[in-house]
This record gives sequence, structure tokens and C-alpha cells, in this order.
Amino acid sequence: MIKGKFIDNLPKVYGIYTGGFIGFIILMAIGEQMGMSAKAIGVAFVAFTIFIYALIGYLSRTAQADAYYVAGRQVPTVFNGMATAADWMSGASFVAMAGGIYFKGYGYMALLVGWTGGYILVATLLAPYLRKFGCYTVPDFIGTRYGGNLARLLAVIVLTVASFTYVTAQINATGTIASVALDIDFKYAVYVGLVSILLCSMLGGMRAVTWTQVAQYIVLIIAYLLPIFWISNKMGAGFFPHFMLADEVARIGELEQQFGFVKNSAADLATVPKGLAGITKAHSAVNATPWAFISLALAMMMGTASLPHVMMRYFTTPSVKAARKSVGWSLFFIFLLYSSAPMLATLSKLSLIDPTLSTGIIGKSFAEVQSIDWFQNWNQANLMFISDFNGNGTLELNEFFMGGKAVVLATPEIAGLPYVISGLVAAGGMAAAMSTADGLILAIANAISHDVYYKMIDPKAETAKRLLVARALLVVIGFAGATIAAMEIQGILGSVIWAFDFAMSGLFFPLVLGVWWKRANRQGAIAGMALGLASSIWYLVWVRTGGSGFLGITQLTFGIFGAAVSLVAMVIVSLMTQEPDKATQKMVDEVRIPSGRTVTGK
Amino acid sequence: MSNAEKHWEKTRSLLFITLAIWFVFSIGIFLFAAEMNEVTGPFGYPWTYWFTCQGSLGIFVILIFWFANRQEKIDEEFGFNERGDD
Repeated sequence: MIKGKFIDNLPKVYGIYTGGFIGFIILMAIGEQMGMSAKAIGVAFVAFTIFIYALIGYLSRTAQADAYYVAGRQVPTVFNGMATAADWMSGASFVAMAGGIYFKGYGYMALLVGWTGGYILVATLLAPYLRKFGCYTVPDFIGTRYGGNLARLLAVIVLTVASFTYVTAQINATGTIASVALDIDFKYAVYVGLVSILLCSMLGGMRAVTWTQVAQYIVLIIAYLLPIFWISNKMGAGFFPHFMLADEVARIGELEQQFGFVKNSAADLATVPKGLAGITKAHSAVNATPWAFISLALAMMMGTASLPHVMMRYFTTPSVKAARKSVGWSLFFIFLLYSSAPMLATLSKLSLIDPTLSTGIIGKSFAEVQSIDWFQNWNQANLMFISDFNGNGTLELNEFFMGGKAVVLATPEIAGLPYVISGLVAAGGMAAAMSTADGLILAIANAISHDVYYKMIDPKAETAKRLLVARALLVVIGFAGATIAAMEIQGILGSVIWAFDFAMSGLFFPLVLGVWWKRANRQGAIAGMALGLASSIWYLVWVRTGGSGFLGITQLTFGIFGAAVSLVAMVIVSLMTQEPDKATQKMVDEVRIPSGRTVTGK
Repeated sequence: MSNAEKHWEKTRSLLFITLAIWFVFSIGIFLFAAEMNEVTGPFGYPWTYWFTCQGSLGIFVILIFWFANRQEKIDEEFGFNERGDD
């Protein structure tokens, strides 16, 4: 495959790919009608899509540093937007977001606002300038702008802490889906997931990850939107749910009034399986204080602008101008999924709780609910549970419990959609988790191979040796992540939100001030990164060990504290020490001008 | 003032305008979330609910494209635009 030609033919290539995927869905639907088993369909979906990604990964293999680290800097804006969207939307976004909205309502919506609003900061403060800089990795920018190995190393440490927190959750998600779809033990499924992830990235680095991520975006967005439109139409809620669910939202409010939120006793709740929750919060009413909402949104926005695996996607565009536009496209493709999640939550909740609908279970007798097929399936899968607390024989709102994942996974089945949709959803979840894991593992491996090995240990290393180290690190980091994921301590390490808090504590201000404040110097940046990360870890440990916290900053928003410490430390130390030399100041001037060669001279 | 300085000044004021709009729709309006949710908004959804589902998100998308175009104009004005790409 000739490179130039491939880039020119992108719309055609991915057009054929999309058509082929839709053809595959239809083929599976026909298979289902002809008696193909549910399990076979699930296996076919997951295996087929993974095979395609691996093929793309193989075709994109490269031996050049520029292609391996930044995809040759020739990814067109729209395609980079799709790749970023896949990079960004994790297994958690795909499987858990609608569930979070379903259970927590307004308080959870701060994440939607935060995870989109952050892209404004990316577009205005950072992406175009880092693109002009011409670096390979985020620590590369810190190391060159501030100078010195210590600053570079600290940036690598912050990157690793944040990205590794994030990646174990992603590998865990690939393992969960692989174990369900392929029907193998989770302990082995994690490694099946890992091998699939590595197949995409090992041979071609960033170039391979870019083109697989575009393919993964197409799968995940079809898998997310198709069921929502289908369910909405089937329920008669409206053919375009996003604009037509106002009555359904109002109806849920009415039902909440009618049923009331009855509080269960602690003894009753103790009988509910772990991880399942009941509906205890209003669907569309404001149920959080302004500060609780705003602080969470703010932490997620600043975290978005500090996560290296997202930032490095904008190093791959052909120009500074393209980097800016590409951020817009990224957010557009993210918006397609995020704006649909609340619609799915609404449809899912209404179909379960409205007694006037045939799918509604609230108000039915226990015997009746227990005889429903889909209830039995999801009850067995430990994602649904009912218990007659008040002993009246009918199911009340407070007696029905569900896992967050069930909103995405079970709603198609509840609405009576064919099984082929469930297979599609599994493939979509796999695509979402794999694409994010690939981006994260690559970010860590590239930072260590480029910044630690090449820039600090062996600056004379040849390209072949550098890429060998990069690939070896990819495998090592992947296995480390999978091993931790297999230990299933996800409750602690899997918190995606912590990654945002760590990233913003250590990297937000050193990155932003590196461009926007000429006076920022090495000592300041070192203080900012070290104290920012240290203080955020201290605050998290303190709150988790029973500390009360202050200013309403919780274990979800501790990055606000870390970032504030980082800013103060960076400004004070910078002003107390010498201003950066002439060469550095000139470098900052050059970064601010879009035209001309990159600052690193490539 | 040199060409580059003037360019940077304009770039900076565009940044402030963009961030002001960003602040309003990501933080500002949610100070009045409870009051705003009492009023029916677009497509019949309550205003706050609509902003969190679609409104703020959509405004962010448009804002980035608007910002990118304005910045390109500024770059062209000072002769800093890049030739031939995307």
C-alpha cells in the first residue's frame, strides 16, 4: 500500500469499510433468523472486528521514527477527529455513561459538560502550539521548553501515573467484554484483550493506532446509535430521539412523584448484590449543589487538557491550522455519542418503570417479573435484582436494582430487539475500550522510549534500536496493565476520574504557562509538577483514609487542589529564580507564530 | 510594536473572548441551575436538563470551529498563515 495514495483515498477506504461492516451486521441478522445461536453471533462480532483492526495494524507497520511517533504528521483533520474521539471515548464512556446518567441524573451530567468543555481549553491554549513546537511526546515539549532532564523526567512520571491509572480500567473492560462474548474465563480474557490491543499498535506505532482508531470509531458509533434510534422508534417515543423525548422526560418525573423515592433500610440494602443500585434520584431535576456540579465539571475540563494521550493526537496533523480544526472535529464526533447517552438513559428508565408500557415491571407481581426471560438472563448475569422488602407481592420502585452497565447492555433486549444488536453492542464496547487502551499504552511507551531512553540515556541510538525499545516497552507496559487488571482491584485502580485529577495536578499549568507565560522557567516548572502531583496524591490519601477535605473538594475533584498548588508553586518559584535565557524566550516567540518550520526544526 | 507582537495581542484577545463564552456555558449558567430548570426550553426539555444533554455540548462544538476560523483570519492578517494543507 503506497502511503501518499492511501492518504488521498481515505474517504473511499473507510467508506468501503463502513459499507462492509453494515453488510456484516445484515449477514448476522440473516444468520440469526436462520437459527444461528446467540453465542455464535457474539463470537463472530468480536472476532471479526478484532481481525480487521489487527489487519489494519499490520498494513500500517513502519520502520521510520516519524511515522511511528506521530503518524508522519499527515493525518487529515476529519480523520484525526474520528481517531481522537475513539481515543477519548473509553469502554467506560461506552458502557457506563448512560448508566451513570440513569442512576445519578443531574449530578452525573457534570461529567458530560466537563468531558466536552475541556476541548475548548485544548483548542485555544495548547493543541496548535504544541503542534507548532513539533515534539514527539508531551514530556518532549516540557523537556525542550524548560530544559534539563529533571523537568523531562517529572513530566514522564506525571504522564505515567495518570495514564496507567486509566489504562488498567480499559484493559479490564476489554477483558470483561471478551470473557462474555467469547465465553472464556476473565483471567484469560484479559490477556486476549491485551493481545488484540498490541496487535493494533506494535508494528506501526502511532500510524497504526491512528488508522485502527478511525475504524474503531466507526464501529462504536454505529453500535451506540443504532439501538437508540431503534428502541425509540419501537416504543413510539419519536423517530429522532434527541429532539423528541421531552414528553418521556416529563412522564418519568410524573412517575417519580407517583411512586416516591422510598428509602430502604440498611438491613434490606445489605441483601442487594454488590454493584447494583436502585433509582433514588430524580431523572431531570437539579439534584446537586452548584459547587458540586461546577467543581466536577472544572476538574474534568482541566484534566482533559492535560491528558497526554489526547494531546499527542494533535501532533499528527499536517499543520497548526489543521490541529485547531481537528479539535473541533474531535468534539463533534464525541458529541454524537455523548448527546445520545441521556436519551438512552431516558428510554431505558421509562421502559422499565412505566406500568402502562408492556415492558414496564414496576407494579407487576413478583411472580410475573420473575417469569420474564430477559429478567432471568440479567438476574443470572448479576446485573438485575428484585426483593420484596415490604412483603406486599408487587414490585415497587425501591425494590428493583440494576447494574450501571445494564442500561447499555440490557435495554436492547428489554425493548425486544433481535440478538444481533447485542452482538453489535459488544463489538462497540470492545472497540471503545481497545482504542483508548492503545492510545494510553502508546503514550506511556513513547514517553519512556523517546524521553527517557533516547533523550536521557542513549542520545546516539539509531532509529532501529529506538523503535525496538519503543515496541518492547509497549509489550511490558501492556502486560503490567493486564496483570493488574486481572487482579480485579478495579474499584481502586480503575477510577477513570482519578486519571484526570492526576494529569491536571501535574501537567496543566506547566503546559499552559509554557506557551502563555514567557517568564515561566525550569525551576518553576519542576516545582509545579512535583508539588502539584505530590499534593494531589496526599489529598486523595487523606480523604480516602477518613479525612474531611475542605472547600467541598472530594476524591473525585482533588485535582483542583493539586492544580492550585501547582500554579502557586510554579509562579512563586519562577519569579524567585532567574528568567529563562534568550534562546528559550525566542523559542516561545516562535511557538506563537503558526507559519514556518517547527521549533524543533522538523 | 513588531508584527509578531501585534499578532500575539490579537491572538490573546481572541483567547479571552473564547474563554469567556466557554466560562458562561460550562460554569456560569450552572450557578442558576435550579431556577433555570423550572422553565421549559428547546424541544420542550427543561432548560438546565437540555443544557447538560445537548446545549452546552453543542455550543462547545460550534465555539471551537468559530475560534479556529477567527484565528486563521488573524494569522492571515499578519502574514503568518501556512500555505497549502488540509
